[in-house]
Amino acid sequence: MVKAVVRAGLLTLGLVWVALAADTALADEVKRYVVEGSPAAERESCVEPTETMRRMHMEFIKHQRISTVHEGIRGTKYSLTGCVDCHISYDENRNPRPIDQPDQFCGACHNYAAVDLNCFDCHASVPNRPGADAEAAHRAAGVVGRVASTPPQGGR
Amino acid sequence: MNENATRIASTSDETPASTVDAGRRGFIGTAAGLSAAALVAPGVFLHSVAAAPRSEPVTDSVRWGLLIDTAKCADGCSACVDACDRENGLDLQEPHGSESKWEHQKAVWIRKIKLQDNQTGRITQLPLMCQHCEHPPCVDVCPTGASFKRADGIVMVDRHLCIGCRYCMMACPYKARSFIHQPTTGQLTAVPRGKGCVESCNLCVHRRDHGEESTACVDACAQEGHGAIVFGDLKDPDSAISQRLREIPSRQIREDLVLNTGVRYAGV
Ligand code: HEC
Ligand code: HEC
Ligand code: HEC
Repeated sequence: MVKAVVRAGLLTLGLVWVALAADTALADEVKRYVVEGSPAAERESCVEPTETMRRMHMEFIKHQRISTVHEGIRGTKYSLTGCVDCHISYDENRNPRPIDQPDQFCGACHNYAAVDLNCFDCHASVPNRPGADAEAAHRAAGVVGRVASTPPQGGR
Repeated sequence: MNENATRIASTSDETPASTVDAGRRGFIGTAAGLSAAALVAPGVFLHSVAAAPRSEPVTDSVRWGLLIDTAKCADGCSACVDACDRENGLDLQEPHGSESKWEHQKAVWIRKIKLQDNQTGRITQLPLMCQHCEHPPCVDVCPTGASFKRADGIVMVDRHLCIGCRYCMMACPYKARSFIHQPTTGQLTAVPRGKGCVESCNLCVHRRDHGEESTACVDACAQEGHGAIVFGDLKDPDSAISQRLREIPSRQIREDLVLNTGVRYAGV
């Protein structure tokens, strides 16, 4: 008896959900994660069609990882460095905001999807290249960001 | 995460190095044999292409190495070590928390070593880093395949596979490897680093893959005016390093272990 009620309840819930989902799809109101102010926000598309990226980005990155670390291939589009460079956004002081934060590109969607990554324990979550390089990159992106790697007294 | 174990085996093992190496060993040890020159010659073409980021897998047509002239290595100078620290973000490590001094150990890729001959009192300086062995003991003992030798001779750690067991550190006769004891922040884009993994000199692998000429330590040593370190392709008979190896006597450290190191020392 109780079971039957629960089952009926679940079924209705399911139906309602399907109806809602259909609605959203029709209205094309899929939540978007590209963060305002990131280079990506200025562009038309990702390195693959958006649909493909949503579903497949983890596979792309995984294969990239092996070919980069073991075979030295750097010129391909699925590099994790590339994701960070293009999807990074900046705060009001023009400092880059770690991309894995729960309100940033990778972090927000993973938070929603309950995906827990450890990639950014090791990988830089903001573009961070030695001294001159990073400054040039930030200037090219139209920002004067703090560069974590610049040594205290000028260095190089 | 073990799906690439087979791939690793194929990149590190299939090197048809025995023929080439037999040749090279002869040619390094004594006079350059004609046969050796002929064997290594094909490397020349492939080597001079580069410049943009790599789009093709690395091959064994090159073998990267260093030649360190200890006679030129100055007492009290740490330019190579400092440059390596900056290049690879090692200067960004900030030990914190924990009382234990072991927890505060920082990773180092180059150590400056002073040797004294007790009979003569002669003192020799040298920088010691991963020796990029042809037969690396660290790779032999690694249980996960994280420690591997790239086709171009660079011995390194795939941190995605490393479980931090530190067998490789015990196996290395040169104490060249470091363990990351603490969480890290502010890493460089080109050099990810994190707690629980082992790492060591990778001959500035990001520079290699972008077709740059040298390593951070070599540049710094040259800038100091010492020029004690030469970097290059050991398989290319015309490279600066091969020419220098032909001219001056050099040795491998612990050559008794027959590891055929990619880093050679003169004046020891
Ligand atoms: C323990 C540290 C560590 C962790 C954790 C880690 N990586 Fe890496 N990763 C590295 C190192 C070191 C490299 C080599 C960097 C180089 O040579 O450019 C690397 C390289 C890569 C590369 C190739 C370089 C690039 O920018 O495209 C990719 C892709 C990559 N990692 C993906 C990942 C992903 C995805 C995760 C999380 C699932 C991850 N990594 C977690 C250390 C780590
Ligand atoms: C050159 C810039 C650029 C690079 C590099 C890049 N992206 Fe994108 N990405 C974009 C843009 C632009 C969009 C939005 C496309 C659209 O409007 O449909 C996007 C969209 C996405 C989406 C879908 C977001 C959503 O709201 O559903 C994902 C997921 C994604 N990217 C992941 C990645 C990953 C992972 C990488 C690294 C392998 C990467 N991107 C590299 C520009 C980039
Ligand atoms: C539109 C949502 C969305 C965005 C944006 C997004 N991801 Fe994901 N990501 C996911 C989902 C969902 C999964 C889990 C897929 C699964 O478990 O099968 C995932 C999984 C991953 C995984 C594999 C994790 C694992 O442990 O296997 C990696 C790596 C990853 N994402 C990297 C990134 C990076 C880097 C970015 C930012 C450049 C990013 N993702 C942005 C939705 C997203």
